[in-house]
Amino acid sequence: MFKKLAIGTALALALAPVSAFAAGAESHVEDYDFSFEGPFGAYDQNQLQRGLQIYTEVCSACHGLRYVPIRTLSDESGPGIPEDQVRAYANQFPVLDEDNNRQLYVQETGEFRALVPSDNFPANTSAAAPDLSLMAKARAGFHGPYGLGINQFVKGIGGAEYIASLLAGYEEAPECAPEDFPGHYNTVFAAGGFPASCIDEEGHHMVPGSWIGMAPPLQGEDIEFADGHSNELHHEAEDVAAFLMWAAEPQMMARKQAGFVGVLFLAVLAALLYLTNKRIWAPHKGKHKK
Amino acid sequence: MAGIPHDHYEPKSNPEKWLHSRLPVVGLLYDTLMIPTPKNLNWMWIWGIVLTFCLALQIVTGIVLVMHYTPHVDMAFASVEHIMRNVNGGFMLRYLHANGASLFFVAVYLHIFRGLYYGSYKAPREVTWIIGILIFVLMMGTGFMGYVLPWGQMSFWGATVITGLFGAIPFIGEPIQTWLLGGPAVDNATLNRFFSLHYLLPFVIAGLVIVHIWAFHSTGNNNPTGVEVRRASKAEAEKDTLPFWPYFVMKDLFALAVVMLVFWAIVGFMPNYLGHPDNYIEANPLSTPAHIVPEWYFLPFYAILRAFTSEVWVVQIASFLTGGIVDAKFFGVVAMFGAIAVMALVPWLDTSNVRSGRYRPMFKWWFALLVVDFMALMWLGAMPAEEPYASFSLIASAYWFAYFLVILPILGVIEKPDALPATIEEDFDSHYGKSDTADAAGAATPAE
Repeated sequence: MFKKLAIGTALALALAPVSAFAAGAESHVEDYDFSFEGPFGAYDQNQLQRGLQIYTEVCSACHGLRYVPIRTLSDESGPGIPEDQVRAYANQFPVLDEDNNRQLYVQETGEFRALVPSDNFPANTSAAAPDLSLMAKARAGFHGPYGLGINQFVKGIGGAEYIASLLAGYEEAPECAPEDFPGHYNTVFAAGGFPASCIDEEGHHMVPGSWIGMAPPLQGEDIEFADGHSNELHHEAEDVAAFLMWAAEPQMMARKQAGFVGVLFLAVLAALLYLTNKRIWAPHKGKHKK
Repeated sequence: MAGIPHDHYEPKSNPEKWLHSRLPVVGLLYDTLMIPTPKNLNWMWIWGIVLTFCLALQIVTGIVLVMHYTPHVDMAFASVEHIMRNVNGGFMLRYLHANGASLFFVAVYLHIFRGLYYGSYKAPREVTWIIGILIFVLMMGTGFMGYVLPWGQMSFWGATVITGLFGAIPFIGEPIQTWLLGGPAVDNATLNRFFSLHYLLPFVIAGLVIVHIWAFHSTGNNNPTGVEVRRASKAEAEKDTLPFWPYFVMKDLFALAVVMLVFWAIVGFMPNYLGHPDNYIEANPLSTPAHIVPEWYFLPFYAILRAFTSEVWVVQIASFLTGGIVDAKFFGVVAMFGAIAVMALVPWLDTSNVRSGRYRPMFKWWFALLVVDFMALMWLGAMPAEEPYASFSLIASAYWFAYFLVILPILGVIEKPDALPATIEEDFDSHYGKSDTADAAGAATPAE
């Protein structure tokens, strides 16, 4: 009996906590099929490059990426952009929020110098928008099954899905809301303002999501991709979400590789140790098992 | 109690004799490694090795992480990102260290519940048990302070909530809280002292681990039957035991490899599974997260802390008797620490003469319920503080205390235990049949 209990305990210990994070998730996060999901998933380099383009042309106007070193854009397991192009990219990248990037200020000239690949992307809080470096890990889209979160093994934590769903989740404000309610109605964003007129007598929200400060950043068909990929809204949302997943976890490929090699090595080691152990004990155990 | 008789190290060559007469360190290593170990130990006796490994893993990865980490409120979060992005292999170091803490607690809980089921705490092993509980408490302190270091939202708010508990102590609470934090709120002084202690405590734990091992090497291991090794003579002891090397070293290493396999898969493929997404947001004293949830390994005790609200009659009585000095918050704090204290006292609360739960028909069920209770508390600790979770938490907390303070003392008196095997050898042979070596040696087996 104890053995079963022990296994049960171990499982529960391993699985229990994640149910904690399920609370409050009322909005539906679309389960996009990203290339980097699962133990063998890898980033799609073209997708990361498209996402970088969207970030550069749209998001960077308000959002910083302050923990991401620009040089990592040339990482083979990342966007894989040639180094000279990265240098040119850094050089033309505008620094909009001077207060938060004082490290770029040059005393002698009294001006802010241009970025070089060894710099991080500039911080940008000029519009009070959150930094996006870790956004894909700071949100969780998946908690299943039964709140255990085990599906993260094959799907990831769902941060990228959350971002993509949010970007594609803008809708016409529902009729219950007053015309002048501040913000923009988004079916996925849960942490924003919510008009009292959209809450029924029992205190339940009548519509999913809430009102977000950010105006719809992507409309679809507003960015031309060099690789000719479709620029429908949900494609754009997916691409920039994938890019932000890379920005949050640039070492994912190296990590999965280390995981795979380690698991393989440990499996062989365990097998050898099992046989060794069996052999050592054999003389002390009788032939007939009860 | 005398140790189990066995061969001791005898220096043979002249250099060996020279060293042995000056520092008997080889003898110490030999006796430790060749200690007679009950041969019927089952797979629940592997967690000690896993725990020792965890401690080493955490210290080694921790020391390297410290080389790149900056304990300052303005730089801590960025320095962790520096480790994740710029340090060679830094992402593996950090994920190993963070998930290593979880493995540590999985192993320690299984180790503790193994001890509770097989009565490993009973005489003459009370000191081993108490030291073990001390290690557990230090582990919780170390784990808690380590979680503060990345300076994310959960780091900051977890620290605020937990140090706030000390503020609940009547009269002296607030000065103590200020003293702990190094100021009126969680800030740079707090981060620095937590960093200092997070580095110090593992070495205190390492020292206690040595004492823990010394203690149970003096009494000998417990085993699944709870029947002591015969120790009248060396020949008799050898029928019940096998030396630690190579038999148990190999068995433990195999188990460790399997545990590591699972651990490595989690680190490699889902390293943020046991973390909280909010901790990837830098600490912000002006923005409170919607749900402040402690790390999973604190949840059972966190549930007990929250269970005793001002609506509970025990709390109301305590408050009435003390003229309001003991309020619900302080009561909760006492209950949380009390939940650990009753574990420490279990050697004297359990009145049964039979050590192992295997031969205690009634105890088995109460123990099973305790395991369920523990898991329920863990789940409840993660739920919001509202009905029906509040009532469940109270019932589950009550059972935790009832098990130690009421059920164990009574069971020892009213329970009729099953027949025990006379010796460990008898138990072992009944599982595996008589061994070839015993036959060959023609050894007498008086118990059969």
